[in-house]
Amino acid sequence: MSIASTSVIQIIPRTRRGVELFLLIIAVGVSVAAYVNIGITVQDKVPASTGYYAAGIGLLALIAHLALRYRAPYADPVLLPCAVLLNGLGVAMIHRIDLGLASIAEANGRTPKAPAAPQQITWTAVGIVLFLVVILLIRDHRRLQALTYTAGLAGLVLLVLPLIPGLGVNLNGARIWIRLAGMSFQPGEFAKVCLVIFFAGYLVVKRDVLTLAGHRFLGLDLPRARDLGPILIAWGVSLGVLVFESDLGSSLLFFGLFLFLLYVSTERAGWLIIGGLLFAAGAFFAYQTFGHVHKRIQDWLDPFSIDGGQVATGLMGQAWGGVLGRGLGQGRPEITLYGQSDMIISSFAEELGLTGLIAIILVYTLIIERGLRTALGCRDIFGKLIATGLAMSFALQIFVIVGGVTGLIPLTGLATPFMALGGTSLVANWAIIALLLRISDQARRPQTPAAPVSDETIAMAVQKQ
Amino acid sequence: MNSAIRRLAVAAIILMLALMANSTYLQAFRAGELNGRNDNRRVRDSQFSVNRGPILIGSTPIAKSERSDDRFKFQRTYPAGPTYAPLTGFYSYLFGRGGIELTMNSELNGSDPSMAFRRIIDVISNRPQQGGSVTLTLNAAAQQAAYAGLAGKTGAVVALEPKTGKVLAMASRPSYDPNQLASHDLDKVSDAWKRLNADPNKPLSNRAAKELYPPGSTFKLVTAAAALSSGKYTPETKVNSPAELPLPQTTQPLVNEDRRNCGGSDNATLTVALRFSCNTAFGSVGLDLGPDVLRDQAAKFGFGEKPLPELGAVASQFPGDPNQPQTAQSAIGQFDVRATPLQMAMVSAGIANKGEVMKPYLVQSVKTADLKTVSETKPESLHQAVTPEVASQLTTMMIDVVNNGTGKPGRISGIQVAGKTGTAQTAPDRPPFAWFTAFAPADDPKVAVAVLIEKANISRDDIAGGKLAAPIAKSVMEAVLNQ
Repeated sequence: MSIASTSVIQIIPRTRRGVELFLLIIAVGVSVAAYVNIGITVQDKVPASTGYYAAGIGLLALIAHLALRYRAPYADPVLLPCAVLLNGLGVAMIHRIDLGLASIAEANGRTPKAPAAPQQITWTAVGIVLFLVVILLIRDHRRLQALTYTAGLAGLVLLVLPLIPGLGVNLNGARIWIRLAGMSFQPGEFAKVCLVIFFAGYLVVKRDVLTLAGHRFLGLDLPRARDLGPILIAWGVSLGVLVFESDLGSSLLFFGLFLFLLYVSTERAGWLIIGGLLFAAGAFFAYQTFGHVHKRIQDWLDPFSIDGGQVATGLMGQAWGGVLGRGLGQGRPEITLYGQSDMIISSFAEELGLTGLIAIILVYTLIIERGLRTALGCRDIFGKLIATGLAMSFALQIFVIVGGVTGLIPLTGLATPFMALGGTSLVANWAIIALLLRISDQARRPQTPAAPVSDETIAMAVQKQ
Repeated sequence: MNSAIRRLAVAAIILMLALMANSTYLQAFRAGELNGRNDNRRVRDSQFSVNRGPILIGSTPIAKSERSDDRFKFQRTYPAGPTYAPLTGFYSYLFGRGGIELTMNSELNGSDPSMAFRRIIDVISNRPQQGGSVTLTLNAAAQQAAYAGLAGKTGAVVALEPKTGKVLAMASRPSYDPNQLASHDLDKVSDAWKRLNADPNKPLSNRAAKELYPPGSTFKLVTAAAALSSGKYTPETKVNSPAELPLPQTTQPLVNEDRRNCGGSDNATLTVALRFSCNTAFGSVGLDLGPDVLRDQAAKFGFGEKPLPELGAVASQFPGDPNQPQTAQSAIGQFDVRATPLQMAMVSAGIANKGEVMKPYLVQSVKTADLKTVSETKPESLHQAVTPEVASQLTTMMIDVVNNGTGKPGRISGIQVAGKTGTAQTAPDRPPFAWFTAFAPADDPKVAVAVLIEKANISRDDIAGGKLAAPIAKSVMEAVLNQ
């Protein structure tokens, strides 16, 4: 296995769509139960909107499931139910905090803000539409390789969009939002997908050069100096994101993704070392130079030094939840700053306790590991790299945001995938799941008929560049 | 390639395990610390929703929780607010707690480990958590007399039961109304808090147990106790008592208050010196005994220790290493000697109780909501300050002070009172502190009391322990004895 870098795991080809349907029923059931539970504890009744909520989530899950049956019958059966579960629970928690905020507003004689949960359901629908588009239109992920440089350019454009005056807006100290037609978007979420495609396409072509040339030092294969160009560019762009958009999380995410893909495509740990050193240097430079980075570190080291600090309110919420949690609807997540968005993990930890939080982390772990398993099973390098990149983007994102919220590392503003309030992130994550499912369909499909056609496609795609 | 992907898969799992480990540490192990924080709104709010137990004197609540239908389920009220404020403390949403509300918080809200059984029953029978009650040792009549006596003045009164150490009364004025801080109208609470903290008369401070004052001539009881205990003196020993006592190392002599010698003699007996509160006489005794003997005697009465942890009382002090003139000043309760009214009441109580100082206590018992006793305080000895013989000699001298000397205003008809006045100078630009400490009946003491007046609206010349403080002590003792 270690010799043949393109080796394939033998999987007995079974569609497993029945398993997926069964898991989906559980995921929808748990979400609806959470919604009803919240209604009973907060409003003392089963909420009238339960029917809409159940029908909405159930229908969206069913549509996605049918699309897979139709166009990707061999796709991984676990990914979709995990995403539906997280999405459904997220909407339930956002609804629960809507109720909490409304009662605070009422107590203070203010008019409550418009509830956020319906918005989130709408965005879920948009996300499922994009999911369908990806599953139905992209019949073979290898076609995306033809778009390598287009994707790279698109990724860069999306990254710098928030910097355009009049379009980009500063929110909570970071400039990662744009405002269009009265709505806010976070283009970085899509930049992530585009850049993964670009990295993968680029590395498929360049991996040989990056792998073979070099010299050994202390038992490590180090690359030649002139091959350092790509990693330095990726590093520079990440630093640019940090400097101009004040967005630590995205900066770390982009650089980390590039590094991981570089490592996977070359299998040379030397790249990780060089990347790690570059990251350390960048982080130190940022800590010394930028007030907002300094402040984040301070807030991490001593969350209670800032009066009413974001991390502090979240930590107290989690402590209040304890091991078993307060119970849905019985905690106070509405008094946590950004309890619906950045800090939604803290809200779950408060009401579902350590137990619930670990369950949620395990569901994310399932998504990550199923994604990486797809990469292992995939038969082409491009697909392997994309699947690895997408799965690791979840891993990095979860680690950075959950770690930040629970005080393990400094908090940076990354969205909690599928759960946090925010349309762009939700829609982008549905696209990512669709891509992973598309690749997994190819990976798990019986081998014989598909292979020759796609090889041709690959060859064509590479020649074009 | 796959081996690299596998390694990443392991790395991803390690990252997720790190998150779970950190969350476990946070929610299972660090939760207690975070929940104990004063700025933790969740904990505060939930405690505000508990039916908190009452603070009682006998069966009369001085703090209780009543149903309320605003944002919290219960409203804390203090029926005789300012009278008991230094003891009950306050229970505020915004500004935490004070007094018994603070130190007995877990018993009052029912979360104390000693009430765990009761709490389990509540959970099983689906009843809301109910707090326990705290009964204080106070004597309501004495407390009211003390509070009324301080009307219009700045000062404090402490009354103890000499044989047990029970706190019978503890008043401090100006006081505040804890109801204002417990209100659910948070804007008003905020205003009241600002006003109380900005008030130059410091209404929030408990002068009886948490503020230190120069004890002045009342400290002569400690000096006399040291003298008699040393074996070198009897009540009839004549001591050097001129109008002015020249001190070594300084040109500033020690003078008597009236600039005359002691009761017409330059060599008065110890009894006479106490009767007229002669500074020069006790200065000479102090110089003779030395600072270490005085400090040891003071420590036996409780100086240097923090009494009454229920209220966070502060420790009274005797200076560490005074030179000779400072020693003479210390012997008459000046220089850096500092005491709380509680400490001076302990001195009297110790003398009254045959030399044995009992540990003062304020909490008589703690009961659960269904009236099962959780704890009951038993009297405990603190120190044997002097022998019963010396105590009896001191008692005789203190009776003389009240019958024939500066303490005459403290006399009660039909009951023998033993006491000692004090008038402590601090700075020329502020009025002296007026003190009186006493116990009664002298032959079978039921109450020992200390009164301190920091400020009163009378002319400076009229401020003297006998005139100002003794009548208050008298009314408090009468309140106890008339029951």
